[in-house]
Amino acid sequence: MSTYLAAAEPATAEATGVLALGWLLIALPLLGAAVLLLGGRRTDRWGHLFGTAMPALACLIALAQFAALLERDAEERSVGSHLFSWIPVGALEVEVGLLLDPLSMCFVLLVTFVGTLIHVYSIGYMAHDPDRRRFFGYLNLFVAAMLLLVLADSFLVLYVGWEGVGLASYLLIGFWSYNPTYAAAAKKAFVANRVGDFGLSVAVLIMFAQFGGVSFSEVFAGAEGASEGVLTVLGLMLLLAACGKSAQFPLQSWLGDAMAGPTPVSALIHAATMVTAGVYLVVRSAPVFEGAPDAQLVVVIVGAVTLLFGAAIGCAKDDIKKALAASTMSQIGYMMLAAGLGPVGYAFAIFHLLTHGFFKAGLFLGAGSVMHGMGDQVNMRRFGGLSSVMKVTWVTFAFGWLAIIGFPGLSGFWSKDKIIEAAYVGDGWRPWVFGTAALVGAGITAFYMTRLFVMTFHGKRRWTDDVHPHESPLVMTVPLMVLAVGSALLGLALGPTGAIAHWLEPVVGAHGEEEPVIAVTLLTTLTVVLVLAGAALAWLTYERRPVATTAPRGSWLTRAARRDLYQDTVNESLLMHPGAWLTRSLVFFDNRGVDGTVNGLAALLGGTSARLRRLQTGFVRSYALSMFAGAAVVVGAMLLVRL
Amino acid sequence: MNTGLTLAAEFETPSVEYRLLAPMLIVFGVAVAGVLLEAFMPRPFRHETQLGLAVAGLLAAFASVVMLAGDYSVAASGSVAVDGPALFLQGAILLMAIPGVLATAERKVDVGGVFAPAGSSTPGSPAERLLVAEKITQTEVFPLLMFAIGGMLLFPASNDLLTMFVALEVLSLPLYLLCGLARRRRLLSQEASLKYFLLGAYSSAFFLYGVALLYGYAGTVRLSGIAEAVSSEAGNETLLLTGTALLTVGLLFKVGAAPFHSWTPDVYQGAPTPITGFMAACTKVAAFGALLRVLYVGVGGLAWEWEPVIWGIAILTMGVGSVLALTQTDIKRMLAYSSIAHAGFILTGLVGTDAVGADGELLGVSSVLFYLVTYGFSTIGAFAVVTLVRDAAGEATHLSQWAGLARRSPVIAVVFTFFLAAFAGIPLTSGFTAKFAVFSAAWAGDARVLVIIGVIMSAVAAFFYFRVIVLMFFSAPAPDGPSVVVPSPLTTVAIAIGAAVTLLLGVFPTYVLELAGLASQFVR
Repeated sequence: MSTYLAAAEPATAEATGVLALGWLLIALPLLGAAVLLLGGRRTDRWGHLFGTAMPALACLIALAQFAALLERDAEERSVGSHLFSWIPVGALEVEVGLLLDPLSMCFVLLVTFVGTLIHVYSIGYMAHDPDRRRFFGYLNLFVAAMLLLVLADSFLVLYVGWEGVGLASYLLIGFWSYNPTYAAAAKKAFVANRVGDFGLSVAVLIMFAQFGGVSFSEVFAGAEGASEGVLTVLGLMLLLAACGKSAQFPLQSWLGDAMAGPTPVSALIHAATMVTAGVYLVVRSAPVFEGAPDAQLVVVIVGAVTLLFGAAIGCAKDDIKKALAASTMSQIGYMMLAAGLGPVGYAFAIFHLLTHGFFKAGLFLGAGSVMHGMGDQVNMRRFGGLSSVMKVTWVTFAFGWLAIIGFPGLSGFWSKDKIIEAAYVGDGWRPWVFGTAALVGAGITAFYMTRLFVMTFHGKRRWTDDVHPHESPLVMTVPLMVLAVGSALLGLALGPTGAIAHWLEPVVGAHGEEEPVIAVTLLTTLTVVLVLAGAALAWLTYERRPVATTAPRGSWLTRAARRDLYQDTVNESLLMHPGAWLTRSLVFFDNRGVDGTVNGLAALLGGTSARLRRLQTGFVRSYALSMFAGAAVVVGAMLLVRL
Repeated sequence: MNTGLTLAAEFETPSVEYRLLAPMLIVFGVAVAGVLLEAFMPRPFRHETQLGLAVAGLLAAFASVVMLAGDYSVAASGSVAVDGPALFLQGAILLMAIPGVLATAERKVDVGGVFAPAGSSTPGSPAERLLVAEKITQTEVFPLLMFAIGGMLLFPASNDLLTMFVALEVLSLPLYLLCGLARRRRLLSQEASLKYFLLGAYSSAFFLYGVALLYGYAGTVRLSGIAEAVSSEAGNETLLLTGTALLTVGLLFKVGAAPFHSWTPDVYQGAPTPITGFMAACTKVAAFGALLRVLYVGVGGLAWEWEPVIWGIAILTMGVGSVLALTQTDIKRMLAYSSIAHAGFILTGLVGTDAVGADGELLGVSSVLFYLVTYGFSTIGAFAVVTLVRDAAGEATHLSQWAGLARRSPVIAVVFTFFLAAFAGIPLTSGFTAKFAVFSAAWAGDARVLVIIGVIMSAVAAFFYFRVIVLMFFSAPAPDGPSVVVPSPLTTVAIAIGAAVTLLLGVFPTYVLELAGLASQFVR
């Protein structure tokens, strides 16, 4: 604990040199968004290139900053830069500043690098869309907001970024808003996120009330001396925010529908970056959660429930994107679980977040490439045997698939295995419950991802008559290859070398060597066996046996999972219908009660006005008389007051 | 012989401190020079020369006000006060007079100008065309305006009641004339002029009678002398109270407070619109300045007596202004009632006599000073906009003619919306800051009920402002509706100054608020 607290407050130095260019990271994509969205049709011809150049430039700056940070000692890797004073009102002083430390650096690199790749990919994917420029404008807006979110040095500035990504997400999910279902999906995502945002705003208010400030340093300093009750409430509010943004139980329902957006959006926002913001928030708020074990426990429970929930849904979905969305939900559940474990898990949460960013982006872009070739179909029951016609997509997708199921040696193996290990650390019932959940989740992940892979690329061709699958152009496949390399090697580079744990140590603190309740070797073997078993089961079911082109009825579990375990039904009956009823009764009350009063008042005033108007006769004599009467009253009143 | 000698000995030559009186002397000097110009300048150059002279004079006078800033003394044998409120209001009047004069000088929107060149020529007649071709126009308006401004400068600075009366007449007489000089709707204009004159003379009588009674009470017309008499409680109290009441009535007439407001709608509607804007802004500033001085300096010791009266009048004024504006169909009349409502809002600030701010400033005074500045600039801008919306018969002042104006001229509609938002007191406009200032002063002065009524009346007032906004933006334009004329730079600058000040004082009010706070102490 003591080592942790010491590490939680690294001396933040003022940024110099390239590190002081943090604002440029945000400004560049923001400029891109401004030019593309305000420039209108004039920028149509070169808009997509301009929009790609902005995050690419930001990525170069981020790499330079990364190099500059590497040169420094571990303790000096936290640099802040003050931008301007935002709200200097009395006791509330909000400064806008950026904080670049190892944790935010991870995100900056992920967002700019994967973001750039996805921009490049989108050039090809959106080539035939008349609104491609607007699409790039929104993407840039998203990148800017996301970078603001992770670079903020106070919760209020983070909140701005938080809302910004929410807005960009809404705009992009509803990008094809002429389709009412898509527009509804965008609204659903927005509303579900509002619930979470409410948590964040309450958290910010609590911080101001309790600690007198909203910057990270003030809040964390205040958290040391705060009571556990306050920290627990604060932690739960932050968790509510994280649940909304990261599609965690019970606010998970929007993510599946969010797949209505163009596939690069799903890859960038709803897989690699924005949805992981909740994990970032929890890890960033570590000092708050450290003082609130109950809140931490809830984080772990949420993570565990979501990872199984998502995995179960993923097994039943036939829509390739929705299956991937369910898997995203589940993988973020892993991260959330790790983040809730405390210092033992923070680094691995971020580690899994990074590797997941690569392989999930690769999988989504691969899915997009498949859809591109298959005339925008998403039903995997009409895919099959695509490995022969889409070689690049097939191979790169295979890397992503192996990575996500945790095939030994690939990225996902290193990160997920660590989380499972960490989940087994501790005493009492917790490691057994949470560790086992994580372990079982790994097996299910292997099953549904293999199912997805096999149904898409192997087995018989079940294509509809009108499709002519073909490989995607180079502008789309090159990002796939880069991401595939990342899926394969990133874990190896960061995990076993201890690089990521070491890198994040100044921010999240070190943790001692703690042994899981099951021996590590045994655990690893168990994981691998479960993964292989899950994969084999899927292989046997979907490769060896023919896949029906229409979904069979299935067991009640399958039917439930297809309907997302009735999440919408629950939401509708618990929230929507009572809400609608409440709205209707309020409208009734408003029409009859409030409006009646208001209109009555207005009529009264209007009537008075019309009557008083008659006094304005236009005759000087009556004006003079009224003045005389007024003067008499004034004199009388003055004399009366004295009496 | 002896008597003659004693008289000569008793009669002191009044000292004239030229430096302290410079702002007024400059303006009066320009006015006199303007009259001479009318006599000797060839016609074709008169308009430009008069305009240039007037603006230069206003700027020079303002510069001398700035140089006097911080001075705290009396001049002209004690009959003129040079102190914070006086200098602040003089500066404000001079700055507002600049856009006022510029808008008055506009000759592009209506060829032939705003003023009738000769009483016999009807608008559009061959006779008038001849006059226009010969460049025979009313350039006497400039010296008239300068005389009025001079009177306005003296009015809030008068330290004795006779000087104040003289100032009142000096500012009023040119205004009576100016109101009647409209080129179009001449009968309405002349009727307005006559009404204003008759009622003005009537109210002057009240004022003068009040002065006489106060003299009877205190034996002096000097405000400080009256204050002394009040504190020593010598003399006949009935004289004091009646005199104060009548004097206040005279001043309340000038600010347009109910029930002495009945002239306002008729005169505002009939007067040439730029003159209306000038009058609404500058007269109100000057008259409130005088009212402040009389109530705070002269009968400050009597606050217990006059505060309830001002309370009642404030409520009545806000009510009459806001409620009657609801049913107006003429934009100028609506703005007139709006100005009555604003007089009521300003009166609420006046009631906060014992409210003292953090730096010892009198909140009642400083909030009123600030309100006057914000209201004045917005008003001049708003009336200048009214001059631009025209049809064949001249200004289209009927509200129905403003329907859908935003489609014809989005810029003008947005600017006018901005002014209306300021009148309604929407944040980020000066109107909000000003209303906040007077209400908080009244609140600090324990006039809570008054503040609550004030807020309710602001809500009522917001209705008719927003009705115009809705009309401009969300109604279909009438097929034969008016068009918006592109003005010469004169009116454009006037509107721009009004809008800029309204925005600046809404976003960065601190500087002027502080200045008003610094300027809140009267010399006694």
